[in-house]
Amino acid sequence: MNVIKLAMPFGKDELSTLNAGDIVYITGKILVMRDAGHKRLFEYIKIGEMPFDYNGRIIYYMGPCPNRKGEVIGSCGPTTTTRMDKYTPYLLDTGLLATIGKGDRNDENYEAIVRNKSVYFAAIGGAGALYKNTVKEVKTVCFDDLLAEATRELTVEDFPVVVAIDSKGNSVYRN
Amino acid sequence: MKKLDTSKIRDAVRDAVLDISVHVESSCVEAMKRAEENETNPLASYALKLMNENIALASKTSSPVCQDTGMCIVFAEIGQEVVLTGDLLDDAINEGVREGYVYLRKSVLDPVTRINTKDNTPAVIHTSIVKGDKVKLGVILKGFGSENMSKLYMLNPAQGLDTALELIVDTVRKSGSNPCPPVIIGVGLGGTFEKSAILSKHALLRKIGSENDDEELDGLEKELLKRINALGIGAQGFKGNTTCLAVFIEKYPTHISSLPVAVNVCCHAARTKEIILEGEEI
Repeated sequence: MNVIKLAMPFGKDELSTLNAGDIVYITGKILVMRDAGHKRLFEYIKIGEMPFDYNGRIIYYMGPCPNRKGEVIGSCGPTTTTRMDKYTPYLLDTGLLATIGKGDRNDENYEAIVRNKSVYFAAIGGAGALYKNTVKEVKTVCFDDLLAEATRELTVEDFPVVVAIDSKGNSVYRN
Repeated sequence: MKKLDTSKIRDAVRDAVLDISVHVESSCVEAMKRAEENETNPLASYALKLMNENIALASKTSSPVCQDTGMCIVFAEIGQEVVLTGDLLDDAINEGVREGYVYLRKSVLDPVTRINTKDNTPAVIHTSIVKGDKVKLGVILKGFGSENMSKLYMLNPAQGLDTALELIVDTVRKSGSNPCPPVIIGVGLGGTFEKSAILSKHALLRKIGSENDDEELDGLEKELLKRINALGIGAQGFKGNTTCLAVFIEKYPTHISSLPVAVNVCCHAARTKEIILEGEEI
């Protein structure tokens, strides 16, 4: 069980050194999307438009609580990844670097992760208050009308995750 | 006879929402600490450490323990000797939810249009008239990462209790890493299709460590807990010794043709509270 600090910028070379079960603390900018954001993005993709650039980026599956006065964001732990399984292979094939969520992915995603030398990180499900403290800045990227499901960009510092599926297809969930 | 203005129910629901969204139920906090102490897999141990840090931090900073502050379920047991005054009971409960969720995530929407109600109403309200002159409210904030893993089976009598137990264990096996394990399992045995589901939800109000009043059910709960933990799913699905913190079963008579079995899966952070309100003498 290695503990690794990973600060952006990093790419597939750095990801290829990670192994399933490694603990990683991420520092940098990550995108945030969940169900409704993905659905909307794919409606744009279908008509050949790109509302934002996800090339080389990491998507974190999350919808936060509202922030109170003096906070940049409310509680913000991961949501269940499997609901995004339908969308992710296409995104990885077209430039998305990696994803963060909670829970195992389907076989198609394992293949897409290996094919693209990506990594799937698991954040700790339920740890909303803890993740809030790692977020330094929040920007809305698009789809503001989706409220808690808007696409955002978070600047995070030492954001704790586990390498759940590594670039070789090894997984903490499966034998 | 006693009278109770529903504004008291509104305030109690609001206060419960504010309380349990940040303070995990105390028997659950203790059970999670024990899970961390008993874990031998380093990765599951790391996950439990962060989960327990999060529970403590949420409580200390009054931050929601999880961003999924859920859908609010209220079991309202109204004593038959209580006269309710003021706004309609359901309206009072929903107003309590509305006031409680200002700084919590609004996750409730229309199932067809997917348009958000923007105040997390309506609550799911189960009202029953009971003996006595008090009002008891059982409030649950239920996240849907775990709710989505729940199942309902309509078994036939030939399949019997053995199959029921297998399916309960299988429901947890299939839910795997998704519901933020270690999970808490509510089971409803018997009744009808909907009755079993309501029982399985109501069962989640029990305190971890409490015994079932029914000796047979108590035995089944202990057996199920053992079998589920033997699955080895562990905290966050990282494999480990604790997959389940508790199993709670409620039962109701059913039809000669059937054995309904509802399995309600709850995450590691029970957000539940029971409140008793006393009315004024009339």
